[in-house]
Amino acid sequence: MDYLNNLVFGYYPYVAGTVFLFGSLVRFEMSQYTWKTNSSQIMDTSRRFRVGNILFHVGVLFLFFGHLVGLLMPEAWYPYLGITPAGKQVLAMVSGGLAGAAALVGGAVLIHRRIMNPRVRAQSSQMDLPILLILYVQLLLGLLTIPFSAQHADGAMMLTLADWAQYIVTFRPGAAEFVANVPWVYKIHLFLGLTVFLLFPFTRLVHIWSAPVWYLGRRYQIVRLRQS
Amino acid sequence: MRVRAQIGKVLNLDKCIGCHTCSVTCKNVWTSREGMEYAWFNNVETKPGIGYPKDWENQDHWHGGWRRRGNGEGRLEPRIGGKWRVLANVFANPDLPQIDDYYEPFNFDYQRLHNAPESRAQPTAKPYSALTGLPMDKIEGGPNWEEILGGEFAKRSRDYNFREVEKAIYGEFEHSFMLYLPRLCEHCLNPSCVAACPSGAIYKREEDGIVLIDQDKCRGWRMCISGCPYKKIYYNWQSGKSEKCTFCYPRIEAGQPTVCSETCVGRIRYLGVVLYDADRIKEAAAVADERELYQEQLRVFLSPEDPEVIAQARRDGVPDSWLEAARRSPVYRMAMDWKVAFPLHPEYRTLPMVWYIPPLSPISTAADAGQIGLDGLIPDVKSLRIPVRYLANLLTAGDERPVLSALRRMLAMRVYKRRQTVDGVRDPQVLAEAGLSEAQVEEMYRVMAIANYEDRFVIPTAHRELSSDDPYGERSGCGFSFGDGCNTDGVTAPNLFGSKNPRKRKFPIPVRVEIKRRLGGGEE
Repeated sequence: MDYLNNLVFGYYPYVAGTVFLFGSLVRFEMSQYTWKTNSSQIMDTSRRFRVGNILFHVGVLFLFFGHLVGLLMPEAWYPYLGITPAGKQVLAMVSGGLAGAAALVGGAVLIHRRIMNPRVRAQSSQMDLPILLILYVQLLLGLLTIPFSAQHADGAMMLTLADWAQYIVTFRPGAAEFVANVPWVYKIHLFLGLTVFLLFPFTRLVHIWSAPVWYLGRRYQIVRLRQS
Repeated sequence: MRVRAQIGKVLNLDKCIGCHTCSVTCKNVWTSREGMEYAWFNNVETKPGIGYPKDWENQDHWHGGWRRRGNGEGRLEPRIGGKWRVLANVFANPDLPQIDDYYEPFNFDYQRLHNAPESRAQPTAKPYSALTGLPMDKIEGGPNWEEILGGEFAKRSRDYNFREVEKAIYGEFEHSFMLYLPRLCEHCLNPSCVAACPSGAIYKREEDGIVLIDQDKCRGWRMCISGCPYKKIYYNWQSGKSEKCTFCYPRIEAGQPTVCSETCVGRIRYLGVVLYDADRIKEAAAVADERELYQEQLRVFLSPEDPEVIAQARRDGVPDSWLEAARRSPVYRMAMDWKVAFPLHPEYRTLPMVWYIPPLSPISTAADAGQIGLDGLIPDVKSLRIPVRYLANLLTAGDERPVLSALRRMLAMRVYKRRQTVDGVRDPQVLAEAGLSEAQVEEMYRVMAIANYEDRFVIPTAHRELSSDDPYGERSGCGFSFGDGCNTDGVTAPNLFGSKNPRKRKFPIPVRVEIKRRLGGGEE
């Protein structure tokens, strides 16, 4: 069991992380023409889709940054922000729960549309539906952790998971031991989360790298010389 | 003043016969691919009608083009919204047409005619959707659904150009009128698609003004589709990238006309160089009164005969062959010298560069009363079947005067040439009324009526050598290579896995010539 635990939570994060970074780089470098949002809005721009898609994106974005900050912020900083681990856990459960619910509703609309709308189905590339389903399962798992977290209102479990994440990203040995005894739902959630990173470069998710924030700083008009 | 050159275009609607050869040849060359079945970089609409995609001219609905904000000097912002708003809408663009706003592309199952088993009735080639492959019971629309006034007037008369026109009368058979409107990307001076693109993938080329989408950089945020008021950017649903009319730039660079122009059987299309002042664009596009926009755009154009302009153009790197072409440009002559060509919907504030000569039409009162209303020696333009107001809404944001003057000139040319060739009489008085000289009208006749190939297309070749920093180094390189040495595998630049750009060999080292300043002398 130790072996498996170490493999999945000690080594797998690095495999997934490497594929995530290097895979993205190679795809960007070799095949930028495939680097796209792969929007299917032109096939169906109904109000239902628009609302569902916004709910899904806003929810997932909130969850992503929530996890990023929540897991990677060292415990030592908590006092400076005036929060206790217990308080932070409540915040995470409530806000994460709401964002998760929004994404869950939006995701349901998107999955239904992708399967049932023949035009959207025709437009889909092979990884579009699988990655959407994986994200949906991941959302469900994430929401399922809430009742488990409610049993540990002191925030200890949350800190254990944060330790694991911080040990991983700072290359410290023994990270896997932190999560050896957490409930199964956390473990599956972690594993599937790492798998999303592993699959990332092979799906339309790469468009996240290209979030067009630079648009805010550029001039409206672009004039280019023809290049040789 | 900052001088730039652009290949502009004029379409003479007076001669368009609506044969769609332009659309079909363009389609065959550029958009007969999966994902682009519904897209027509060039299409021909019958007006009055709502066009393709449906109701594209109605910017209250689609929010294309620019909006002027603030008083006094004013500032332009894409009508779909400022930068924050564009980004906020990136998950679900509220102004995006659905494919049905164009039409659901279809094919016919012709194979069925060959392999149907014996039956009592003739087999038919049923239509099926080019999107899903599913059979279609009924075709609901097409790229030219209103061909020759097809459909009810009630639907067609939603045409935006009927603004401030008492339109009910034009639904009657005796008063109906029509014209063809071929449309393509306008390659604007102030393109709103470029401004709307969150990725910065769309750009205007400095050398020839062609607006292109960098297919590698496009991420499919699809804001350009809404940003363009002419709805001439199409989302390729297969590749997930936007595509648009390229002005056939590989042909233009080689000095050849675009495919639509080359194949136009009515010889209505003209291509030529126009010089413009890049520093004046912003100001011209932001003028307060939208009826001024046509005149303002004329002021952006520069005379190729003006020595000051020529000197500045040379300093700004416009090649001499382009300046020479600008002096012979049919586009400049029609737009600036004769004032018979106009921009399409200048009120969108994009300063479009594909211009149109308004069509003449039969005298409507002649049939009724048996006599023609005359305006001096030429027929009264206001008695033409197509209401001038309609043309003005199409071409000058509603200002009738320039359109009237152009129509009068074209009529004067006809009367003059008719007198000359039929009656054998020179009648300069006809021309005087329209403000033309005999020499001018002979030129107009040669370019607009005869329209020889050489007069229609004055396209200088691109100066490839000027866009390379080391043309000598490129000599005996790989030719067409994609950066991975001389083995090509579809990669367009030197890549991660080691290789160098074969086009930039850096030897022999280019010699730099510096001209020493003479003591006490001026520059150089």
